[in-house]
Amino acid sequence: MSLPDNGYRTMLAVAAVIVGALAVWLVVAIVIQAHPAFVTLGYSWILQKTWDPSHGKYGLLPFILGTLESTAIAVVLAVPIGLGTALALAYLVPHRIRPVLSTAVELLAAVPSVVYGLWGLVVLAPLFRTTVEPFLTAVLGWTGLFNGPNGGVGLLLAGVILFVMILPTMVAISRDVLAVVPNEQLEGAMALGATRWQVLHKVVVPGARTGILGAFTLATGRALGETVAVAMVIGNSPYIAHSLKSPAATLPSLIVNNFGESSGTELAALFGAGLVLLIIGISVNSLARWLVWSTSGGNSQAGPR
Amino acid sequence: MTILELPVEQPVDATMERRRAIQVAASSSLRRRKLSSGIALGVCWAFLGIAIIPLIAVLIYVTAKGLPAWSVDFFTQSTTPEGIPGGGVWNAIVGTVEITLIAVAATVPLGLMCGLFLAESNGWIAATLRFTADVMTGVPSITVGIFGYIAIVKNFGGYSGLAGAFAIGFIMLPVITRAGETAIRGVPQSLNEAALALGARRATIARRVVVPTALPGIITGVLLAVARGLGETAPLLLTIFGNQYLQWNPTKPMEALPILIYNDSSQPYADLVQVAWGAALLLMVVVLILSIGSRLFAARLQKERR
Repeated sequence: MSLPDNGYRTMLAVAAVIVGALAVWLVVAIVIQAHPAFVTLGYSWILQKTWDPSHGKYGLLPFILGTLESTAIAVVLAVPIGLGTALALAYLVPHRIRPVLSTAVELLAAVPSVVYGLWGLVVLAPLFRTTVEPFLTAVLGWTGLFNGPNGGVGLLLAGVILFVMILPTMVAISRDVLAVVPNEQLEGAMALGATRWQVLHKVVVPGARTGILGAFTLATGRALGETVAVAMVIGNSPYIAHSLKSPAATLPSLIVNNFGESSGTELAALFGAGLVLLIIGISVNSLARWLVWSTSGGNSQAGPR
Repeated sequence: MTILELPVEQPVDATMERRRAIQVAASSSLRRRKLSSGIALGVCWAFLGIAIIPLIAVLIYVTAKGLPAWSVDFFTQSTTPEGIPGGGVWNAIVGTVEITLIAVAATVPLGLMCGLFLAESNGWIAATLRFTADVMTGVPSITVGIFGYIAIVKNFGGYSGLAGAFAIGFIMLPVITRAGETAIRGVPQSLNEAALALGARRATIARRVVVPTALPGIITGVLLAVARGLGETAPLLLTIFGNQYLQWNPTKPMEALPILIYNDSSQPYADLVQVAWGAALLLMVVVLILSIGSRLFAARLQKERR
């Protein structure tokens, strides 16, 4: 027995409404819980510099900056390296080992973030303290980005861990969209005498730009919202970082570290931090999806799966 | 003086002149282009190396650190209190499996129906919903944890496995919805029309034609969603809280593998850190098996159909 068509359609519509309602409920619930913080503190607290709950100061600026900075480091590293890797996987690696390497990269997208955090803390942090940070300070110290002591944990390590974590996402999606550029276009470019790089650079990459943008967004979104891996390696200091080596904190790491012990205004401020993070996350996501949508000529089917 | 040494007056031909100029320019351009091509491709290879090294390093390191922790006790005993040696992760395995199963049971039907709705509709409602689902995948996982805390923990008697399943389900839902839609859209329209011509109802078509045909894509999507849900830590920290003891009751605080890793790895006790590495390896292996399994399964179903 089967539902009549009307009933079936209603059932699907109800399911769709539930999914939509869940999303709305999330936003509304967080706004309501964060509201007391706005009542007590006004609106300026979000951009104030001091987080000191024992003195009633709940400035979120250090955490907003920490979130944006660590994400920026990760994305700056991941975009060129991810794109180069994806090109190599799609066009340069010999056919025999291509599936092996591709699968390896994709499977590594599935390694849980807490595992990356643990690895970063135990393996990378000492390596950064003794080798990477002194080296960068010696070479790039003049930029002023590497002042201060070599601590290992800090903004730089958090950015690098995020880079390692978002790289598989970036590579897997970019490789898929790079590989489906029509063969005729490649052959056409080759027949015109283009070198292999010119084919990749002038035909393949532009042809896949929509999907690459999607990969980039998905990776950025993942880096913005990543919590535990960052909380494990960033040092969790509630001050604005003055150097890439300084410990810092992000909105997610602030929430996860303080959630258990807080109540009252502090808890409301943490919900406020969640709200700010949500707004940043949704803005980035929507902006990029709009970009994808507009570059793909209004075809809303495009974009990351 | 032989004829060869005579100064030959080349006929000054504009066409020949231009041809020679082009040849010279082209050959130097080709040399330049080949050089830059070689450099750029070399950079791509180097990037591939940079990408692979840390990833392989994680795999090897976690295996090397985690494997020694594995023993019969590791899989059958619950965590011991700080400082007492021995103990395992049985409580965390129970928690993770139970929470994931509850989340799957709730989200797969819902996500699938939503996917069917999206695949069958093209209006502004479907477009809005599609956008919402996409944006939901972009909601930071800690925010989902906060939502789980507000919606379930605060209203329904405190931290519980169910609150965790709610949060994990929220993360899995848009993945299943969009993967389902994509898979269902891939079903040939002719199958749909043939079933309609036979007088089948829409619900019958969905159950007997569309979903079975789209099954490989749906299963891959579900397994990928599960793999993602298994590794989530932050939402669980705010919803199930963690529990040193074995807890089968999902209305009570539970332990889960990611939480155990997060908590134990920051402890000053070597044996707890050891257990954390063992749990990290276990979690990684399970997630990798799920990912490989979903791939193989999809490939096999695809083959059978041909």
